Amino acid sequence: MGRYLAYRLFQATLVVLGAMIMVFMMLHLIPGDPVQVLFGDAPVPKEQVEAVRHQLGLDLPLDQQFVRYVRQTLSGDLGRSLKTNRPIVTDLRRAIPYTASLAVTAMLLAVGGGILFGIVSAVRHNTWLDNAVTTVALAGISLPTYWTGLLLIWAFSIRFNWFPITGQGTVRHLVLPAITLGWYAGAILTRLVRSGMLEVLRQDYVRTAQAKGLSTRTVLVQHALRNALIPVITVASIQLGTMLGGAVVVETVFARDGVGRMLVNGILQKDFPTVQGAVLLVAVAYSVTNLVADVSYGFIDPRIRYT
Amino acid sequence: MGPTILPASSPRRRPGRFAVLRRLSPGGKASLVIFLLFCVPLIVPQLLAPYDPTAISYNEIFQGPSGRHWLGTDQYGRDILSRLIHGTRVSMSLGLVSVSLSLALSLPLGIAAGFYRGRFETVVMRLLDVLMAFPGILLALIVVAILGPGLANAMVAVGIGEAPAYTRVVRSAVLTIRENLYVESARAVGAGEGRTLWRHVLPNVLQPIIVISTVGFAVAIIIGSSLGFLGLGAQPPTAEWGTMVSEGRTYLRSRWWISTFPGATIGVAVIALNVLGDALRDVLDPRLRH
Repeated sequence: MGRYLAYRLFQATLVVLGAMIMVFMMLHLIPGDPVQVLFGDAPVPKEQVEAVRHQLGLDLPLDQQFVRYVRQTLSGDLGRSLKTNRPIVTDLRRAIPYTASLAVTAMLLAVGGGILFGIVSAVRHNTWLDNAVTTVALAGISLPTYWTGLLLIWAFSIRFNWFPITGQGTVRHLVLPAITLGWYAGAILTRLVRSGMLEVLRQDYVRTAQAKGLSTRTVLVQHALRNALIPVITVASIQLGTMLGGAVVVETVFARDGVGRMLVNGILQKDFPTVQGAVLLVAVAYSVTNLVADVSYGFIDPRIRYT
Repeated sequence: MGPTILPASSPRRRPGRFAVLRRLSPGGKASLVIFLLFCVPLIVPQLLAPYDPTAISYNEIFQGPSGRHWLGTDQYGRDILSRLIHGTRVSMSLGLVSVSLSLALSLPLGIAAGFYRGRFETVVMRLLDVLMAFPGILLALIVVAILGPGLANAMVAVGIGEAPAYTRVVRSAVLTIRENLYVESARAVGAGEGRTLWRHVLPNVLQPIIVISTVGFAVAIIIGSSLGFLGLGAQPPTAEWGTMVSEGRTYLRSRWWISTFPGATIGVAVIALNVLGDALRDVLDPRLRH
């Protein structure tokens, strides 16, 4: 276990380092002079361009620039926004709670709904209930989130006026975006739990448990679900990452000032330090959740041994 | 022993190239038909669309669905059906181009990594690990940030963004293929590496490739139209599904038809592709089932 943990930590560190290289290279891959890119279309005197180039260290060789970038990033300095001149870290710190609350709520809905509907669908295999669940899941996988978000707004904010259309801060603001974002992941998890349960329910140990006279609930939860749950954890951790990406769209639909919206606005306004900061944050967050998921398997299924 | 007479041609009917299609589930067949219908505007949108998709007509703004404008008109009086048909062309070509790009990147890389293994495979896999750290739409957003917004750049962005997932599938397929007896036999009778790869490995990678491309087409449409919705893909006045939904957003309260029809169209296209992908997987590659 200790060795596996060390190996996995090492691997995650490599991935984060690679992500930093990519994010660092973004500014240099944009066609044109990076300093001019930072200034945008504004006409700037040559001396000022050179002054900024020197100030940001863009006149150094690339490898030294990267070392400088890593050092600054690790000390919590992600640069300043080109539009507002605020430190990126300050903006991110303000945006993170909105995205995190959205992603966590959506994940809870997705996992809860996925397990519940997955079990129901498997136990009532080939009934109208199963068909209904499968159809809703297919819709969740297929419909674009920006459209499902608008449908929910139309139904629950415009027609019934139950929830505010846009904005953030209260639980009521969180409901529709979380459902929008959670529907997709929930649909994937539902399918996974359903096929996993269908598989497990055929196993001998489930028949044994039934034959012993255990209640249906005990059989389902203690014997079947536990064994169908392993792939769910893998996929849920992957989906959490997808959600961080999906938050980009959902935050735009519901006008939440989260990290995703910050990223999109950064791209639209050519505010590259903001883009770099937001991208790096999502990549690091995703790597950490994957790490945690990988390590947690051993606790859930003792049969898994790390070598 | 008398001479054996060989029949001039094998009497057994060889399975046709499209026999696979006959084995598809009914839902899969229906989805294939829907997909092919969506391909029609790819070739001749101007024949199908009743009006010019970008023609502005201020006398006809915000008309609901009617006999004259079946799906209504938008805030510029443009015919939504015509815009949808032309938008279908945009989104379908986006899917086609980006899936082709993903394949062009992932096939050589995945086959080489899976077939030659060794240090090359390690390097490729670690690189993929890094790329996979940017989930979902994020990699596409990075590419758009570098290249700038626009339809062509969105195609490239989606193609690059999805390539890592394709590469993984190709590599893992090749890993099993290379252990097969026919690969060893080919080597034993002296087939060169190029011939082995071309004649024996590539045809066997095709089945998982077809499955992942079908589902990947759906993903490409979703991500591409999401970029359009965010203002980072196709730019107005180009008719594109995502931008159409985005334009109708402001008028959701009273002019529901502007956003609803393009959204529903994307839904139908993507559902068809997902069902077709599932059906193809069941027929071609049952192992991919989770």
